Amino acid sequence: MIESPLVLKTLFTVGPVPVTEPVVVTWGLMAVLTVGGSLAARSLALSPSRYQAALELIVGAIADQIEGTMRVPPKPYVPMIGTLFLFILAANWASLVPGVEPPTAHIETDAALGLIVFCSIIYFGISTRGIGGYLRTFAEPSVVMIPLNLVETFTRTFSLIVRLFGNVMSGVFIIGIVLSLAGLFVPIPLMALELLIGAIQAYIFTVLAMVFIGSAVGRQRAAERNEGEKS
Amino acid sequence: MNWIEIVSIFAAAMAVSFGAIGPALGEGRAVASAMDAIARQPEAAGTISRTLFVGLAMIETMAIYCLVIALLLLFANPFAR
Repeated sequence: MIESPLVLKTLFTVGPVPVTEPVVVTWGLMAVLTVGGSLAARSLALSPSRYQAALELIVGAIADQIEGTMRVPPKPYVPMIGTLFLFILAANWASLVPGVEPPTAHIETDAALGLIVFCSIIYFGISTRGIGGYLRTFAEPSVVMIPLNLVETFTRTFSLIVRLFGNVMSGVFIIGIVLSLAGLFVPIPLMALELLIGAIQAYIFTVLAMVFIGSAVGRQRAAERNEGEKS
Repeated sequence: MNWIEIVSIFAAAMAVSFGAIGPALGEGRAVASAMDAIARQPEAAGTISRTLFVGLAMIETMAIYCLVIALLLLFANPFAR
């Protein structure tokens, strides 16, 4: 990948719709994750098998992270946040398969992920506080802050997108440059570094999504709602 | 090669070179204080290094922004035809 990182390769066209390489990789990842998840969830037992224990470890770790970051009961957020983390991790590590380029190295995939986070912030904010209550958060701490809060809503999603795109794309780009300059085995340490960066970026993306959703939900109100549901 | 292309290439080099200074200083300070903290409290090394990695990735994002700007200038420049 030494050519422009912003141009997409079209693999084939379905009718009038051109299908590009990241789309195919994304669908492949989604199929692997979905099939793997549903196969694993089919045979759940009270005394877990080795495979189920590993899955429970993953889900439990994600729930712990959500509870630690957002300080709310993690139940309603685990599916969204967990899927986001596992998908980004799988996408960043897709370069482990030879010939496959991470779909997150193209800005369209990251923009779609950022849009999901943007919509879920609004959804969780409205569903816990109500429309009026959510709109009132824009006037915190004072009315003067309304324009700044409005701008921040968009810029923080944008920086989320560019952060993931820039990190993954620069890794792919640097490996491409080194490969074209030096020999066959020289880029291997860089590839290992790229795996570490991919994991860290997946973690950061989900942690920031948690922080944004948590700020829209608010700690106190979420706790109150949870009490109300229990009683 | 016209003037816009020459200026774009120059600006891309400037963006990366000067944009790397700030994050480099920031990462240096972060690692230095993490080392300090680990030296004081070796039992907290796990938590400190995990937070350090996340913080470093956040700081490094600033340099990555500059790289994105440079690549935009080189590959997707709206003014160069």
